[in-house]
Amino acid sequence: MIMSAKVDTSLPLEYQTEQDRMNILGFWVFLGAEIVLFATLFGVYGVLYERFAGGPTHKDIFVIKDVMIQTVLLLTSSFTMGIAIFEMRRHNLKGLITWLVITLALGAGFLFMEINEFIHYAHEGATMQTSAFLSSLFVLLGTHGAHVTLGIGWATMVIIQLLKRGLTPTTARKTFIIGLYWHFLDVVWIFIFTFVYLKGLVA
Amino acid sequence: MGIKWDEFFITGDPLILGSQIAILLTMIGAVAGITYLKKWKYLWTEWLTTVDHKKIGIMYIISAVLMFFRGGMDGLLMKAQTARPEMEFLNSQHYNEIFTTHGVIMILFMAMPFLIGLMNVVIPLQIGARDVAFPQLNALSFWLFFSGAMLFNISFVIGGSPDAGWTSYFPLAGKEFSPGIGNNFYAVALQIAGIGTLMTGINFIVTILKMRTKGMTLMKMPMFTWTTFVTSILIVAAFPIFTVALALMTFDRLYGTHFFTVSGGGMDMLWANLFWLWGHPEVYIVALPAFGIFSEVIATFSRKSLFGYKSMVFSILGIALLSMVVWVHHFYTMGSGPAVNSFFSITTMAIAIPTGVKMFNWLFTMRKGRIKITSAMLWALAFVPCFVIGGVTGVMLAMGAADYQYHNTLFLVAHFHYVLIPGVVFAVFAGLYYWWPKMFGFMLNEKIGKWHFWLFVIGFNVTFMPMFFLGLNGAVRRAYTYSAESGFAPLFMLSAIGSIVLAAGFAVFCYNIYWSIRYADRNISSDPWDARTLEWSTASPVQFYNFAKLPEVKSLDPFWHMKKKNEGLTLHDSEIEEIHMPSNSWVPIYMGVIFGIAGFFLVFEWHIAAAVAGIGIFAGLIIRSFDYNEGFHVKKDEIHRIENAWRKTEGEVHDHVS
Ligand code: HEM
Ligand SMILES: [Cu+2]
Repeated sequence: MIMSAKVDTSLPLEYQTEQDRMNILGFWVFLGAEIVLFATLFGVYGVLYERFAGGPTHKDIFVIKDVMIQTVLLLTSSFTMGIAIFEMRRHNLKGLITWLVITLALGAGFLFMEINEFIHYAHEGATMQTSAFLSSLFVLLGTHGAHVTLGIGWATMVIIQLLKRGLTPTTARKTFIIGLYWHFLDVVWIFIFTFVYLKGLVA
Repeated sequence: MGIKWDEFFITGDPLILGSQIAILLTMIGAVAGITYLKKWKYLWTEWLTTVDHKKIGIMYIISAVLMFFRGGMDGLLMKAQTARPEMEFLNSQHYNEIFTTHGVIMILFMAMPFLIGLMNVVIPLQIGARDVAFPQLNALSFWLFFSGAMLFNISFVIGGSPDAGWTSYFPLAGKEFSPGIGNNFYAVALQIAGIGTLMTGINFIVTILKMRTKGMTLMKMPMFTWTTFVTSILIVAAFPIFTVALALMTFDRLYGTHFFTVSGGGMDMLWANLFWLWGHPEVYIVALPAFGIFSEVIATFSRKSLFGYKSMVFSILGIALLSMVVWVHHFYTMGSGPAVNSFFSITTMAIAIPTGVKMFNWLFTMRKGRIKITSAMLWALAFVPCFVIGGVTGVMLAMGAADYQYHNTLFLVAHFHYVLIPGVVFAVFAGLYYWWPKMFGFMLNEKIGKWHFWLFVIGFNVTFMPMFFLGLNGAVRRAYTYSAESGFAPLFMLSAIGSIVLAAGFAVFCYNIYWSIRYADRNISSDPWDARTLEWSTASPVQFYNFAKLPEVKSLDPFWHMKKKNEGLTLHDSEIEEIHMPSNSWVPIYMGVIFGIAGFFLVFEWHIAAAVAGIGIFAGLIIRSFDYNEGFHVKKDEIHRIENAWRKTEGEVHDHVS
C-alpha cells in the first residue's frame, strides 16, 4: 500500500497510514478490555484472599526475595522495551532488534522465576485446588504469566519479520504495538506486586 | 479422559431421536444439494471467506433467524408442557435443559447476532465508509460466534444440554451438583462466542471513531450509529468480566478449583455478582442498538428529523453509565442489607428517566409527521406501548422490598419478555423490513408483513400478559408443572394458546421471505422509502465497494438534504478513482473451525486432544501475523460499469413510498 518513498517524515514510521493509525487505536481499545479483565481478576482475588480453608496463608508461601528479583527483571524489561522503541524511532534496526532480544531475555528470566515459584508453592502443599485463596492467586498470577508467555512468542514473530523485511511502516507499527502490550503487562505486575505480595506480607 | 462412549449420543428420548434424525437428514441434504448445484466454490469464495461487512452481516442475520427458530421451539415446548396441570410431556430434567438452552440461545445466539448483523450491514454505509476498520477481524468475530453457537447447539444431541438456567448459578452449576458435561458446554461455547463479540466491539469503536466520511461530526451521526457506538463501548467494558467468570467456572468444573464451590472457601454468590456485572449491561447491549433502529424507522416514516437529537444522545450515554451500576437488582434476596438494596433500587429506577426521555422523543418525532404505516413502522408503533409495560413492571421489580414478592415468579419472566421482545425482536423485525431492500435489492411483501406483524404482536401479548398474573398469584419460574388445585390452569392455557399465535406469526415471517425471494419486484429504486441517511444514497443491493465517491456530509439526515438541494447525487467520470479493498481470507473460518474443535474436546475434558487443537489456534495466529496481503485495487473501468448500471435504471423504477 504505502511505498517507502511516500513516508511522511513529520510522523513516526508506525503512524504513516490510516490503517496503521486505526490498528494502534484498536489496540488501545483492546488494552481497555484487558484492564477490565485484570480488574475482574483482582476483584475476585480481593474477595477470596483470606479464605484459606485451613490451607497455607500468604506468609506461609510468599518468598519476598524471589518476588523482588521477578519485579526487577520485569521492570527492567519494560525499560529496555522503551529503549527498543527509541531505537526504532531513530531508524536503527540493529539497535532495535538487540534491545528487543534483551527485553525478551529478561521476560524469559521472569517466567523462569515464576514457574519456580509455582513449583515451590506446590511443594509446600499449596496448589490451585487447596483453597479459594490459592485458586484466585494461581489464576491471577497465571493469567499474567500466560500473557508474558504469549508476548514473548508474539514478539519473536515480529523480530523475524523485522529481520526479513527491515523497518517499514507495517513492521514499525507491529513493533510499536507489542511495545504497548509489554508496558501494559508491566503495569499489571506492579499492581500484583503491591496488592498480592506486599499486602500479603503485611497482613 | 473419562468419556463413556455409551453416553456420547443422547438416547432414549423420542423427541431427541427425532431431532438427531432431522439434523442428519438436513446435513446430508445440504451437502448433497450444494454438490449437485456445484455451489461449493461459490459458497467458499463469495461467503465463507468473505471479509465484506455486508455479507458478514447477512450471515449473522441468517444464523440469528435459525437460532430464533431453535429458541422458539424451546419456548413452545415449555408452553406445551405447562398448558395443563400435571402434564407429562417433558420431565423435570428435560424442562430444566430447555429453559436453559432457550434463554442462552435467545439472548446470545439470536438477539446479539441479529443486531450485530444489522450493525454490520448498515453502520459502514451510514457513516459513508467502505468497510469496517478491521475487515478480517470482523470475519473472525463472525466465525467465532458461529462456532460457539454450533458447539452450544449440539449439546442436546451429543453429551447432554446444560440445565442450570441461563444464569447458571453456583453451586448448582458446579461439579458437585451437575456432574455431567452439560454445563461444560455452557462455559466453553459462550467463551468462544464471547471472544468474537468482544472483537466486534473493538472493531466498531474504531470504525465509528476513525472512518466517518468528510463532514460527519459525532453530533451529525445517525442515531443507529450512535447507539452502536455506545453499545460497542459497553461490550468492551462488560464482556471481559464474562470472559473471566466463564474461565473461573471452567476451572472450577474441570480443574477442581474453589472459586464458587461450597467447600474450600469458595463463594457461590461471587458467580452471581460477576454474571450480572456482565449480564445487566448485556441487556442494554442488545437494547440500545434496537433503540437506534426504531429511531431511524420512526424518523423515516414520520418524514421528520428525529425530535430531540441531543437529548437522545445524552440519554443513551446515561443509560449506558447507569447500566453498569444496577447489577445487584437481580439478587435483592441475597441479603446484602437495606442500604445496599436501596442504592441499587434507586439506580435501577433512575434508568427509567433517560428511557422515558427517549420515549417522548419518539412520540414527538411522530407528532405532526406525515406518518406512513409500513410494516417497519408498525413494529415501531407497537414497540412503544409494549415496551412501556415492560418498563413499568421493571420499576415495580426495582423496589428491593417489593421484589421479595416477585422474585423468581413468572411475573419476572413476563417482565423481561416484555422488555426483550418489543425491545429487541420488534426492533430486528423493523430493521429487517426497513433495510431488506438495501441488502437484497427487493422488498419484503408489505401485505404478508402485516399478517406477520398482527399475529406476532397479538400472540406475544396473549402469551405473556397472563404470566404477570400467574406470577402475582404465586406461580414460580423454572417449574415444570403445577397442581390442578393451584388454580393456575386457565391462565396457563391462555398463555399456551398465545404462543401458538406467536409461532404462526413467525411462520408467516418465514413465508414472507420465501415469497419475496420468489416473486418480489426486482425493479425498485435504491431509495424505496424516501429515507434520510447515507446508506440509501448508494445502490441496492450495495456494490461491494459501497460508494464510488465518498459522500460529504453537511447536516443531520444528510441524504434527505442532498435530495432536497439536489447536490452530491450525481457522479462525474472525473470523480472516479481507483478504490482499495481488502482481500478475502480463509484464516477466519479456519480459526472458527479450530476453536470449535478445541472447544469440543475441552467440553468432553479430553485435555490432550484439546491441547493439540490448541496448537492449531496458535498456527492460525502465526499465519495471520506473517500475512502481508495488502488487498487489491478496483479499476476505474469496473467502477464505471457498476455505477452506470444502477444509476441509469434510476427514474425507470417503480417507486414505493414517495
Ligand atoms: C418467541 C417466543 C418465546 C416464548 C414462547 C418464550 C417462552 C419462555 C418460557 C416459557 C420461559 C420459561 C419460564 C419458566 O421459567 O418456566 C422462558 C424463559 C426465558 N426466555 Fe423466553 N420465550 C420467547 C422468546 C424469548 C426471547 C426473544 C428472549 C430473549 C431475547 C427470551 C429469553 C428468555 C430467557 C433469558 C429466559 C430465562 C431462562 C432461564 O430461566 O434460565 N425468550 N421463555
Ligand atoms: Cu438487570
